[in-house]
Amino acid sequence: MTTGTISETADVFQILDPEGNLDDNRLEIELSRSLLTSLYRDMMLSRRFDQRCINLQRQGKLGTYASVRGQEAAQVGVVRALEGEGILFPSYRETAAVLARGIEPSELFLYWAGDERGHRSGRSRGVFPFCVDVGSHPIHAVGAARARQIQGNPTLAVPFFGDGATSEADFLAALNFAGVWETPVLFFCQNNQWAISVPREQQTASETLAQKSEAFGFPGERVDGNDPLAVYQLTRRLHRRCLEEPTPYFVEAITYRLGDHTTADDARRYRTEEEVEAWKKRDPLKRLRLFLERQYDWTRQDQSDLESEVDQVIDNAWEEYCQIPDPDPDSILESTYETLPDELRQQRDELRAERSDV
Amino acid sequence: MSEPSTLVDALNRAHRELMRQDDSVVVLGEDVARNGGVFRVTEGLLEEFGPDRVMDTPLSEGGIVGSTVGMSAHGLRPIAEIQFSGFIHPAMDQIVSHLARLRTRSRGTYTCPAVIRAPYTGGIKPPEHHSESLEALYVHVPGLKVVTPSRPNDARNMLHGAVRDPDPVMFLEPKKIYRSVKEELPEDPNPIPPGTARRERTGEEVSIFSWGSMFQGVRRTLESLENAPSADLIDLRSLFPIDRQTIVESVRKTGRVLIVQEAPRTGGLASELTALINEQAFLYLEAPVHRVTGFDTVFPYPRLEDHYLPGEKRIQSALEKVISF
Repeated sequence: MTTGTISETADVFQILDPEGNLDDNRLEIELSRSLLTSLYRDMMLSRRFDQRCINLQRQGKLGTYASVRGQEAAQVGVVRALEGEGILFPSYRETAAVLARGIEPSELFLYWAGDERGHRSGRSRGVFPFCVDVGSHPIHAVGAARARQIQGNPTLAVPFFGDGATSEADFLAALNFAGVWETPVLFFCQNNQWAISVPREQQTASETLAQKSEAFGFPGERVDGNDPLAVYQLTRRLHRRCLEEPTPYFVEAITYRLGDHTTADDARRYRTEEEVEAWKKRDPLKRLRLFLERQYDWTRQDQSDLESEVDQVIDNAWEEYCQIPDPDPDSILESTYETLPDELRQQRDELRAERSDV
Repeated sequence: MSEPSTLVDALNRAHRELMRQDDSVVVLGEDVARNGGVFRVTEGLLEEFGPDRVMDTPLSEGGIVGSTVGMSAHGLRPIAEIQFSGFIHPAMDQIVSHLARLRTRSRGTYTCPAVIRAPYTGGIKPPEHHSESLEALYVHVPGLKVVTPSRPNDARNMLHGAVRDPDPVMFLEPKKIYRSVKEELPEDPNPIPPGTARRERTGEEVSIFSWGSMFQGVRRTLESLENAPSADLIDLRSLFPIDRQTIVESVRKTGRVLIVQEAPRTGGLASELTALINEQAFLYLEAPVHRVTGFDTVFPYPRLEDHYLPGEKRIQSALEKVISF
């Protein structure tokens, strides 16, 4: 079992501690109420949207869902720091990241309800489709960054993945190709301590995940993934550095998966309540709220207004989702290739005939 | 061009034509740049187009195809070489889980207009793993197209067709005939998109379907026979999509079918063709569909290779059986 005593670890970069105390010496970015409240709002939207999805799944209205609870700061910090630039390559647990990037919550409902149309607006926001095939997508990010280099339009690619993904062969290939090609790729690893039921210590004998990048010739560092300011600041610095040198970079964000792996999992089978409680004390939303209250006059009214606003967004998104017509079964056949080959045209006609024979 | 070209020459030429025409066409793979490819298909491309467009990659098929996914989804048209088809397997996850399905799962907002090239088939007595014919695996993966030329002109035109195709194409090159078949190439290419077969001979008695280096084997067998049957000899060229119209028309005319494949028998494409013929031309058949295939074994080491590969004797004997049924 793991408790991750990261506050004692010198090499994990942190600006805002779990109690909301700021380390001025480490702060490089300019803070403002608007920046902080927008980070907080994005994290809150994710937190409450995430819980709504779990509830909806339990009611049979959504399919299996993978909660992001506890990882909001890591994801929102990165995405907000990019300010709409770069290309994001999510896994399947990047709810906070894609919402912060501007993907409509109703499209996320579509995806988790099991509808391919949930991916359709990703292109317009520089977001690649989700990746469920663990560890297989960082190499896509490398390819995309390479394409942008070749096209004379260097762009940062940011694959998001967990501790488990770092064991996959194609993940190691991604690091290797990125190192050799010197592509601007920010490998953003959320070490949330668990790969379903396999704890971090069993995933690799490496002392840290960040050090794996060293084997492939480029730097890596660790950050407190529950500190939105540290993640934000680090990302802004690395965005520039990765493009300028150019170089890939590995960031291991120490965080915790507060929820189950998915709604089909029960984490109580393999980890203790004590451990979860210890990590709840490091909750990313809590520390930012404390800081806002102390330094920016964040009141109870502000808090409850925000929660209402966010809940309204989620309610509206659900309404919107419910109005979307059912997917067209023809799309099974028609989306496979750009133009229907003969075989698929015949099969589409078979399916149509079957559906009209009620 | 007056001097006859081999398959390798034709492919090299097609690469140059494509890369000159379109800046977004790039080449990547092991040994493709400085070495020009172990079969020299990409010879000279590095000198003409530079290292940004002709890339030697680290030794990782998963990395080659995975980065091809990312590149092709972001505006490039990569031609990725896998050095031998027997080494495609580490890339199967990238092929099946990503290359073949990105279009449908993103509802067309992300696509992979990429070509994966690989030498395949046996007949050159190389070390093990260098003689595979597992084309049925790729045909069975929805979302891919699979093509295989059997002559230089087709190789050139089919590579044009494959690179221009908006969907991912597995381009399988029969290594046995890389240099043994020569023909003159016209000045300009004539792109052949996936989906069309080619009729080499027209006849009445039997339809013979084949592809890759086996096609050349069948052709030579027919030429060597004193009383060769009058045959529709058809090179499939495209394994998916299949040119169903050409196949079915031929079978309805002749009523007798011989399929010749080098690949292992069970689950091979002869099975698929038989099912198609069954569905669309059953009442026209005078005999069951006959097939000549490799065995359901691993391709043997070179000393036994000649016993595995369908040769003239096996083809001739099958031809006699189907004609006399």
